[in-house]
Amino acid sequence: MSVGKNEPRRDGPAKLTGRALYLDDVSIPGCWHGVTVRSSVPHGRIKSIAYDPSFPWDECVVVTAKDIPGKNLVALIEADQPLLADGVVRHREEAIVLIAHADRATAYEAAKRVRIEYEPLPPVLDLEKSDQVFKSYLIERGDLDAGFAAADIVVQGEYRTPSQEQAYIENNAIAAYEEDGVLTVTGSLQCPYYVLKAMKQIFDRKEDEIRVIQTVTGGGFGGKEEYPSMLAGHAALLALKAGRPVKIVYDRHEDMAATTKRHPSVVRHRTALTKDGRLLAQDIEVIMDGGAYATLSGVVLSRGTLHAAGVYECPNVRVRSKVVMTHTPPNGAFRGFGAPQTLFAAELHWEKIADALGIDSLTLRRRNIFKVGSTTSTGQVLMESVGAEECLEKTVKASGYAAKRKEYDRWNADPKKPTWKGIGLAVCHHGAGFTGSGEVYLASRAGVALTAKGELIVLAASTEIGQGTNTMFAQVASDALGVPAAWFSVETPDTHKVPDSGPTVASRTCMIVGGLVGRATKDLKRAFENEYGRVPKTTADLRKAAAVLCKGAPARRFEVQFEKPPEVTWDDKTYRGDAYGVYSYAAIAVDLEIDRLTCEVRVSKVTTAQDIGKAINPLLAEGQIIGGSTQGLGWALLEEPLFKDGVMVNSQLTNYVIPTSLDTPPFEVMLVEKPYSRGPFGAKGLGELPMDIPGPAVAAAVKHATGRLIPTLPHTPERIAQAMK
Amino acid sequence: MIKLTVNGKKRSFKGAPFKRLIDVLREDLSLTGAKEGCGEGECGACTVLLDGEPVNSCLIPVCQADGRKVETVESLGVPEKLSKLQEGFLACGGAQCGICTPGMLMTAHAHLKSHGKCDDRSVRTALSGNLCRCTGYQDIVKSVIKTAKGLKR
Amino acid sequence: MRGDAKSMTVLSPRTAAEAVRTYAKVPSALPFAGGTDVMVGWNLGQLNGRAVLDLSRVAEWRKIRVVSDGVDLGSLVTHAQIQAHPVLRKRFPLLVAACATVGAAQIQNRGTIGGNIANASPAGDTFPALSVYEATVRAVGPNGRRGVPISGIFAGVKKTTLKPGELIEAVFLPFPDKAPTRGVFRKVGTRAAQAISKTVFAGLVWNGKDGVLTEARLAFGSMAPTVRRLHAVEGFLRGRRLTETVITAAAELLPNDVSPIDDIRSTREYRLMVSRNLLIAFLKGEVK
Repeated sequence: MSVGKNEPRRDGPAKLTGRALYLDDVSIPGCWHGVTVRSSVPHGRIKSIAYDPSFPWDECVVVTAKDIPGKNLVALIEADQPLLADGVVRHREEAIVLIAHADRATAYEAAKRVRIEYEPLPPVLDLEKSDQVFKSYLIERGDLDAGFAAADIVVQGEYRTPSQEQAYIENNAIAAYEEDGVLTVTGSLQCPYYVLKAMKQIFDRKEDEIRVIQTVTGGGFGGKEEYPSMLAGHAALLALKAGRPVKIVYDRHEDMAATTKRHPSVVRHRTALTKDGRLLAQDIEVIMDGGAYATLSGVVLSRGTLHAAGVYECPNVRVRSKVVMTHTPPNGAFRGFGAPQTLFAAELHWEKIADALGIDSLTLRRRNIFKVGSTTSTGQVLMESVGAEECLEKTVKASGYAAKRKEYDRWNADPKKPTWKGIGLAVCHHGAGFTGSGEVYLASRAGVALTAKGELIVLAASTEIGQGTNTMFAQVASDALGVPAAWFSVETPDTHKVPDSGPTVASRTCMIVGGLVGRATKDLKRAFENEYGRVPKTTADLRKAAAVLCKGAPARRFEVQFEKPPEVTWDDKTYRGDAYGVYSYAAIAVDLEIDRLTCEVRVSKVTTAQDIGKAINPLLAEGQIIGGSTQGLGWALLEEPLFKDGVMVNSQLTNYVIPTSLDTPPFEVMLVEKPYSRGPFGAKGLGELPMDIPGPAVAAAVKHATGRLIPTLPHTPERIAQAMK
Repeated sequence: MIKLTVNGKKRSFKGAPFKRLIDVLREDLSLTGAKEGCGEGECGACTVLLDGEPVNSCLIPVCQADGRKVETVESLGVPEKLSKLQEGFLACGGAQCGICTPGMLMTAHAHLKSHGKCDDRSVRTALSGNLCRCTGYQDIVKSVIKTAKGLKR
Repeated sequence: MRGDAKSMTVLSPRTAAEAVRTYAKVPSALPFAGGTDVMVGWNLGQLNGRAVLDLSRVAEWRKIRVVSDGVDLGSLVTHAQIQAHPVLRKRFPLLVAACATVGAAQIQNRGTIGGNIANASPAGDTFPALSVYEATVRAVGPNGRRGVPISGIFAGVKKTTLKPGELIEAVFLPFPDKAPTRGVFRKVGTRAAQAISKTVFAGLVWNGKDGVLTEARLAFGSMAPTVRRLHAVEGFLRGRRLTETVITAAAELLPNDVSPIDDIRSTREYRLMVSRNLLIAFLKGEVK
């Protein structure tokens, strides 16, 4: 049995010895360096582009929108984002001109020698002042007015979350070249088929005339979900014009300033409750800032909207949400994808309700939390695999929450103590896989191949970006077939070699794609049994069996396509039904201390229980939970992109502050397994879940420590000091 | 001409004396283990040892490494034979996406070699110049402490 | 990474005299010690085409010499070397504490005390410690050597009072006549490690008989274009006993000595609050 074991990470040895090749490590003979000239105004018409005549332009290749053979478009959902600005710029750092040169420093020098004149147009920079709506949703359940009419108490609150930068340690990087009539792009990316689809429209080529290959990727977190399509288009334009390979490797401030970040949000709650704290009605408003182009905003808003009511049952719910345009660099995917924003509000609002009712927030949560049989805001009945209560109770117990609440109250009342102490809770759900009809639309495929030589190869477009994809796939396939995991290798995500398994996002890689790999492997198992008489017992046996099954062909593929479980029904128009096949659940207790002199926060411990259905590899799962929680702590305490005139001004790691080893506490992680009948070995989604709860738990802990509820993030010492005045 | 010892071998560099050490390692010596994450000395992904001390190679012109000893991650082990520290990282989940790992290993390696204290706080302090965005550090710290305990025996 | 190595001229003097001569010949050359500040700008492509005066071979400037009246730190002594030196650890603990907060290990292994001063950042962590130890910066130039008190070496943000052709040769830390009664170094940064300071404090007090304060030396960084000694506060405290009333009154004088601003890392209001709290706590003996 491999599933449930801590099989060592299979990409570990290469990464540990410096042998793993990230894009900038790959030697590409004759490769030139590409750089990007970007807009210096947030909104304007391009009046002229001038090239300094004293510069040796004949040594360079220069590309503008005119050089695009197909559509000037980064295809995603809406068709609104140009690959290169043409005539109009709609955000600072928008790409206008591309330049390639044999020498990187000279390429950057060339970029300085391009002068662009703009006719500035008025920019919209405040999400509350924008009237251009990319997308909006309305969720309605029950009778809102009746719910408020019956209320013993109504509690209102407004919560704000800032943008957040993914800050993967490897910056965006892509190389492009044409080989034997195939336009190839390779680099740091999460979704090879997204890039392929975008490239088809830009270059007006058929799918087999384009090839996308993922290199070892140094972190993504959503920041390399859609952005690489743009970068691939840029590198390929330069490569085609130069007639040679071109690579573009961003430096840090360019990556931070120009590429996608988390959507900022404003979320308002108006909540009706009985006097013993049962939810009667929730009226929720969500506004998110999409930046200049729609990109993924509609989907981010969707997930945020579907999670906005929190992990609680309420008979009457209305959620009105919209994502609007501002003239800032477009926002995009970042772990959690809209849910951290709305769950921050939903969870922190309990602290406000607790104050209003005089009932502590833990009791309130227990009174309303989802169980098997609960109904969500979209009318989904949670039929199975609901670990919310177990996660909450395990977290409360292991953290010593109840005792600490009292102990810290005593500590905080003592004027002689040097700090204030607080412990705060949060609980959440997180839908696994694409929303509603999303997985049907994706129609993902994955499989395994058996070569005539007896190799077993997993075929999926899901990328390893640190979360353990390759190791997990091998473990799933191993148990599906009943052979050691070491017998399986995992094919590189190369669109010429693997089927379209959909993107590596939305906490779907294990549950959905792992499920497909498992099913395909079961088909292989049946073939072994029917055609060879048994599943091979040794590698020698495997080679014999391969000869039989392959019947002279070099390999035999077993591929399956996603099938929607019949019990899942969803209406995209009314936004009612089963939003996700299943949810994962998590609870967290954050224990922190605030220095009374400086208001600096030190997190002393994090305790968390997370229901992921089944931990295929517990060590890797815990690593995801600790890492995701740390990103959540960063968002809660340290990280804030600061904008001035529509551009991020702290776009370097010096002033965009992410946690170091001394900023992170010890984590106690408990894995809860409430198996999902449709997940491989019961597994559900994991990747994003940890991101949803540190924010509100920190805010709740700060409230416990200081008595002040600060409804925005991050809880910097400055904000805490301001609240204490 | 600049002469330096890299991973125990004498090497010479005839190019621009102000070329950065990280670029000489990656481009001229084909040692791509050290990574550039920020160019500001914040992330530590470029960490190598200079005369045994961890430094950010993105901030050092190669002329300042003249006559000195440089060690990179390639000196620790190979996939077929990992060092004890690398084995510790593999067993404890110290690497996820791996981009910070070479720098992290070199800093940890120097700490262990200098018999630095191996309690949680001391290890975290030693590693505080190496940013990781994937792991949340706990498994990295565990990897180093486990290795230290193993080396003591 | 936008630096162009081919465009740079590197001058590498081997002695102090040669360094001064070379710098006089090429006044546009950029003095370069450990490079942890200069290279950040170089990586941004801001220094292409310049000449660089690489001081790293001037061996004389790497020495730490203990003499009868103090310790002489060569300008190329690194933050790591300062932390390791037993006499510095014993007699100048605030400087040792400050060096431990500069960046992290990788920066401390390369960054030098001379380079730190020459860079003259308003947020320099070592400067409050150097201020309260009343260090003297020794500059050497075409017209010879001169000592500049630390209080007079900084002209403004990233500006020193070094004359054309002058390089920093050493920093001298005089042993105080009497060991201080108490001393504290405290940095409030953007995070727990590898942080730029929002405010950074060093304080020494000497108490005489009956607990009367004979001398206080108090300095804040990141609170003005240059590091500031709190002369108004120090003057007020001299000869008084540190009662609650006296401390509160002294803290009222703090805004006379500093002028913090809103910037990318923090706010004026926060800086005033924290510096006031730290000062009061230090005077009360409550800060470690």
